[in-house]
Amino acid sequence: MLRFVLKRLLSLVLSLAVASVVIFLFVEVVPGDPAAYMLGMNAQEDTLNALREQLGLNGGLFERYASWVGGMLRGDFGTSYTYRTPVSEMIGERMWISLPLALFALALSTAIAFPAGIWAASKRGSFADVSVMSLTQLGVAIPNFWFAMLMVLVFAINLRWFSAGGFAGWDAGFWAAMKSLTLPAVALALPQASILARVMRSSLLDTLGEDYIRTARAKGLSRRQALWRHALRNALIPVLTIIGLQFSFLMAGAIIIENVFFLPGLGRLVFQSISARDLIVVESVVMLLVFAVIVVNFLVDIAYALVDPRLRVRA
Amino acid sequence: MNRALTIGAVLSGAFALAALVSFIWVPYDVTGVDIGNRLKVPSMAHLLGTDHFGRDIFSMIMVGARTSIAVAVVAVGIGMLIGVPLGLAAAARKGSLMDELIMRGNDLVFAFPSLLIAIMITAVFGASAVNAIIAIGIFNIPVFARLVRGAALSLWTRDYVLAARVSGKGAARISFEHILPNVTNLLIVQGTIQFSLGILAEAGLSYVGLGAQPPTPSWGRMLAESQTMFSFAPHLAIFPGLAILLTVLGLNLMGDGLRDVLDPRLRRARR
Repeated sequence: MLRFVLKRLLSLVLSLAVASVVIFLFVEVVPGDPAAYMLGMNAQEDTLNALREQLGLNGGLFERYASWVGGMLRGDFGTSYTYRTPVSEMIGERMWISLPLALFALALSTAIAFPAGIWAASKRGSFADVSVMSLTQLGVAIPNFWFAMLMVLVFAINLRWFSAGGFAGWDAGFWAAMKSLTLPAVALALPQASILARVMRSSLLDTLGEDYIRTARAKGLSRRQALWRHALRNALIPVLTIIGLQFSFLMAGAIIIENVFFLPGLGRLVFQSISARDLIVVESVVMLLVFAVIVVNFLVDIAYALVDPRLRVRA
Repeated sequence: MNRALTIGAVLSGAFALAALVSFIWVPYDVTGVDIGNRLKVPSMAHLLGTDHFGRDIFSMIMVGARTSIAVAVVAVGIGMLIGVPLGLAAAARKGSLMDELIMRGNDLVFAFPSLLIAIMITAVFGASAVNAIIAIGIFNIPVFARLVRGAALSLWTRDYVLAARVSGKGAARISFEHILPNVTNLLIVQGTIQFSLGILAEAGLSYVGLGAQPPTPSWGRMLAESQTMFSFAPHLAIFPGLAILLTVLGLNLMGDGLRDVLDPRLRRARR
């Protein structure tokens, strides 16, 4: 097990290193000089130089890369070109919207998908199964930002149950804040719940066909008992992997959904920074999101190996 | 005849047809402005109503289908053209450094939240349909590379491949003459699925303003433009969204149906 963890840890570090190089080079090729952009067209050459110096834009490619990565390791993400505030502060503030949103959506998606998938699998071929499968087929095909707009139309504009956008803030109280995250979370969760319900169903159907289920039935367990006691636990393994993978979809999906609801989260920050050519913010936020995804996938791999010893050998 | 395949083919065929017809004929011009007819609700004259410039929504959806389909087709093409040879090469030299590099590279691309990087690409190189295609295409590469490698690995153990090796064929020739033809079914099925994901991605990118630029009509941008008006003109938001939904649904059903038809072995597994 230790060998497996070490091997995965090495590949985690490598992935992070390569990802940081890719992101850094990517932003490097962007045409335009941030200093010139900030100071406007009539800036003097020496002012420009002073600002470049201050922003750490002078110096070689490698030097700048090293200072960017070194800074991030110490928790210093640089200073935003446009806001003139530390990027880590901006990220810290907005994280309190994006992270709860992603977790809320993940919780919703799991809460919908598990019962739906289990129900469909236990009543295979029935009307219930067919309805769940048709609904998930729709859920996968629906663009989530459009679904979000429809929800705004119904629940915010017509019924006035929710506000059409914006974030109440955690200061306004937990429930007020959660309320402003509800529609975005539902919109984010819908496609993920559909995918998860399908995986849950097919995985459960696979395990229900195993010999040990027949043994369990032969020793006198009812279908329902066999499903809950033996099949479900084994069926959960692929489901857990998918939940891990969905984390990255939720992070990325949030960029668009945050724009629909004008939520000041990380996604909207990336978006605004791109339009303002505030590349240090783009670079750092993207790196942070990629870091989160890579680490979550690593943890899922480890959890997977803990549950299923066969995988330790294979890897 | 497979039911999912039929429904899926009819749905996606209808949109493909609308896109083709739009090259020679649309009910109304989509570039002109007709303020007298703005924000009309659906009627016999304008089947799906008109937008804030008086443009006919039905015509715009027809022309928008062109953009969506073109972007998705080219993106899947990029993914296949690069991903399939990579997958074949990785399988032919299983366990080699090249195999390891290709697979780790794949893992890396998978680790990036795809939409985030697509947004970066279009933001850095400018928002356009071409950059959207490249961004979506890049993420199709590992999908096809992985699929082909997995399938090819098992094909390499077959007797007819052994026979080909004995007769002196090299790895590259075996890959193209014996392995590739046997994975085309898989490629068709996966291609259909990636195609539908491409349409969703294109819609998302144009919705946030990073896809096709005006005056090229696109479904995602129609939705973005409708956002300030859909409280009093909901038809502006409903029909383009419905177009995306139906196209993607059609393609997904077609993918499921094709899998059943082309690969009977999977029928049992899917139930």
